[in-house]
Amino acid sequence: MKEAKKQGGLNAEIQSRIGHQLRAMYDDVVRQGVPDRFAELIRKLDGPEAATAAQGGGEPDKNNGGS
Amino acid sequence: MPLTDSLRDDILASVPSLRAFAISLSGNGDRADDLVQETLLRAIANIDSFQPGSNLPAWLFTILRNLFRSDYRKRRREVEDAEGNYAKTLKTQPAQNAHLEFEEFRVALDKLPQDQREALILVGASGFSYEDAAAICGCAVGTIKSRVNRARSKLSALLYVDGAEDFGPDNTVRAVIGGNS
Repeated sequence: MKEAKKQGGLNAEIQSRIGHQLRAMYDDVVRQGVPDRFAELIRKLDGPEAATAAQGGGEPDKNNGGS
Repeated sequence: MPLTDSLRDDILASVPSLRAFAISLSGNGDRADDLVQETLLRAIANIDSFQPGSNLPAWLFTILRNLFRSDYRKRRREVEDAEGNYAKTLKTQPAQNAHLEFEEFRVALDKLPQDQREALILVGASGFSYEDAAAICGCAVGTIKSRVNRARSKLSALLYVDGAEDFGPDNTVRAVIGGNS
């Protein structure tokens, strides 16, 4: 890791602290992996039509809207 | 392109970072997962418009970001209320330092204008290039750079305005003991 430059000392230190906190917050969620509901959703959906139907709210065969 | 198994796998592999992005944007886990779900449905419904070989994570992030923004406009007041209450409850919590510092960061992040917050997260946490972040946000690269810079300086003003020593161990000890000044 690079050391913070002396020039602008405190500021560089604060910036690196902000970077750390931001990534800590983010990576905390990334490490949770893929919740089952999403794995299932992606496996279940066959493609555009199924997804459009699911989005429309549960009437899979009523959705004839082409794109 | 058609929804091949490998594309499905790639979408799945993006889910953890989509969730992290959604939580960072919305500050709310349940709402974030709803956003991710809607993003996935929309992505698969529009998979034909995905260009094979282009950046899939950037494409998915763009969808999520646009969903969040249209949703945000609808919910702005609700969100602001939640934020205010959230900040108030924090003040009454005991000083568990690491946790508190994390929450303070979270609250400060929520105070940034939305443009700046999303730019900072995309570049500083998601690891997108300035170019990809600009594409995701639909603006110029220079705009992203200046948003990121403003976000950083605003965060340091919000969090460290009294100097970095605020977060040193001495202060923690003093706070636990009960503050003798």
